[in-house]
Amino acid sequence: MSNAAPNAPAPTAPPPVEKIRIKVDGREIEVPKTMPDWQGRPQPTTMLQACHLAGNEVPHYCYHEKLPVAGNCRMCLVEFGTPMMDPATRKPVLEADGSPRIARSVLPYEPQTPRGAIACATPISPGMELYPSSPATRQMREAVLESLLVNHPLDCPICDQAGECKLQEYSVEHGSGTSRFVEAKVHKPKAVDLGPRIVLDDERCILCTRCVRFTKDIAGDDALGIVNRGSYNTIATFPGRPFDNNYTLNTVDLCPVGALTSKDFRFKMRVWFLKETRSVCTSCATGCNITIGSREDTIHRYEPRGNDAVNGPWMCDQGRLNYRWIGRSDRLRDVLANGAKTTWKAAVDAVAARLAAAPSGSVAIVASARQTTEELHLIKKLADRLGAPTDSVPREGEADRLLVNADRNPNTNGARLTGISFTEAGIRLPGIADGIRAGTIRSLVVFGEDVTQHGIGADLLARLELLVASDILPNATTAAAHYVLPGCAHAEKRGTFVNAKGRVQRFLKAVEPKGDARPEAEFLRELLAGTGAGEVPATAEGLFNAMAREVPAFAGLEWAALGDAGVNVPV
Amino acid sequence: MTKVVDRKPLTFYERTYLPTLLEGLKVTARHFMRSVKGGNAALQLGDGYYPEVPWQVAEGYRGAPYLVRDQDGNTKCVSCQLCEFVCPPKAIRITPPGADGVPADRPNAEKMPREFEINMLRCIFCGLCQEVCPEEAIFLQKHYSLTGLTREEMIYDKERLLQLGGVHAGIQKWKHKLEEAREQDTFPVKTD
Repeated sequence: MSNAAPNAPAPTAPPPVEKIRIKVDGREIEVPKTMPDWQGRPQPTTMLQACHLAGNEVPHYCYHEKLPVAGNCRMCLVEFGTPMMDPATRKPVLEADGSPRIARSVLPYEPQTPRGAIACATPISPGMELYPSSPATRQMREAVLESLLVNHPLDCPICDQAGECKLQEYSVEHGSGTSRFVEAKVHKPKAVDLGPRIVLDDERCILCTRCVRFTKDIAGDDALGIVNRGSYNTIATFPGRPFDNNYTLNTVDLCPVGALTSKDFRFKMRVWFLKETRSVCTSCATGCNITIGSREDTIHRYEPRGNDAVNGPWMCDQGRLNYRWIGRSDRLRDVLANGAKTTWKAAVDAVAARLAAAPSGSVAIVASARQTTEELHLIKKLADRLGAPTDSVPREGEADRLLVNADRNPNTNGARLTGISFTEAGIRLPGIADGIRAGTIRSLVVFGEDVTQHGIGADLLARLELLVASDILPNATTAAAHYVLPGCAHAEKRGTFVNAKGRVQRFLKAVEPKGDARPEAEFLRELLAGTGAGEVPATAEGLFNAMAREVPAFAGLEWAALGDAGVNVPV
Repeated sequence: MTKVVDRKPLTFYERTYLPTLLEGLKVTARHFMRSVKGGNAALQLGDGYYPEVPWQVAEGYRGAPYLVRDQDGNTKCVSCQLCEFVCPPKAIRITPPGADGVPADRPNAEKMPREFEINMLRCIFCGLCQEVCPEEAIFLQKHYSLTGLTREEMIYDKERLLQLGGVHAGIQKWKHKLEEAREQDTFPVKTD
């Protein structure tokens, strides 16, 4: 879930802003006068942001730091006070001890009743006092929550949101154990098919309109709206128009309750079983930061992980749903030598001996820009040792205006910076094909690509004396290979990708490799030792740090310093 | 302080072994004769010995957990997986239905487990599954002697658990919710 904290300071150094002093729960703090709004433009700091800076989280449903403020859920009501002003002299009224007298917010017609203001939309002013922990504030929250729960069904046992539901969380904090509501709840449509990837349960909706604002203002597809009146309010699409843009699943993350749920994740696994692993999406060169939800070596979902330098809190549906191939039953599991199952030691020793014996220039290597930067660096070292030409395969698609990049390889820049491919990926491939045709190239090593789709057809592969293919899923190249070395998906190993903008981002291991498959870096290390190219570190950290010392583009970087958000390098 | 105890050597009588054996057989024979004459202590007190006569368990005894059906014969479990989560020895394994799974055998609670397994070799009869269940779908019942010839046999699947569990009449909240919703379908826009 993108339950990110309210606006953190922008990553780039902001110009100094004027500070004002306010009191939160009686404690005086200094907060900036303006803070970035959902579009990053400076706007007067709100009470909610000020409370966050003071370390007091104000509960909220409709407010989201990356969406326009709507102020309709009323959950963030906070009691406050402002310094009193003498109407005649326009001077602050002072207490006996010289401190300004504070006028607590009250209802105009009954001054004994405190009046809250919605913290998400009320700007602060100098000298203001906020009381987010006062009994009056707590009472307001309890009342709002009780109203929200009036028609909310007791669906938690069958609701996919249970466990990461804001309504559940705030009910624990501010709710009552029993209901005072004796009338029948209003029943609304359940399991409404909203689009190809979204199911809507209208009963569970608390009408915060986060989804409506997201689709309109972020995705630019004004598809959702609210129809009917009062208790019969429901979220709906325009008649006859499915909710099917490429960003619909973000509304599932945004939905604070279980109204909008993912068809893909529907009834699949309870969220509390999921192990969360920080990773990076591999579907295009944007490199959206993701959290992989897995249980016992099965990946159940991807979710976006907030990173303002890359994807904000969003990701596209296409990337999010592109995980099933990792668990496919036809994954390459066995090490094969001429079609027969063998051991890693036998295969790697044999391949290393054949490559070491091959004359310089008779070997070519085709790598993949879907591999980690460390692996590409090791492949480059191997290629340098063998005097082999290398390249990676380009993969183009259509870009959109939000996140999807035209380059569908996650690590094209990694392949470029390590020297695997030239400035443009794939331009050396015809040369390799010509070399095989002319008989100068007699051995080919392929990583993670089906070269028969990229100009080196089965007829050319048949001419080779040695074809080594390392891949994750079977294809025409692995079928023709003399040696098949099963590799790992990104979720099964650690490494880094360099995205389209040159951000080096690391990803961690979520699940175990299938069968005998091993991370490519492991057997590349053995191949390098076997061909006499020297020893390289065995861990992902060591490999990255060694690469940073050797490759000028990564000079000065360290695995540990990459952090969860990554570091930019010039590309 | 150490006290050294002298180990006395066995006497000839003790070393012959047979007298002690006969001593034991005498006790056996005494009990045998008593049984033949109908002096069985268990029969005098109750109906006889286990296993011919099963032990009568008291109310509230915590035996093996089984799934139950409601009074309409529907599976009560909605696959919320709280029991799987709470189970201390991880004996419970539930396969949720998934998006394309079989629909539940009842109208309004949309969810039902595709598979529900309890490994009775792991189960410690603690009762946390029964306590945590929001649907009153699993109960510790009175079976205490579970046997099988293989480990696989001791993993009870959904069919077996439901069959062993029987019926537990409850409040049927989903059914009532559905009835309430159907009533509202004709309200507030009554067409006829």
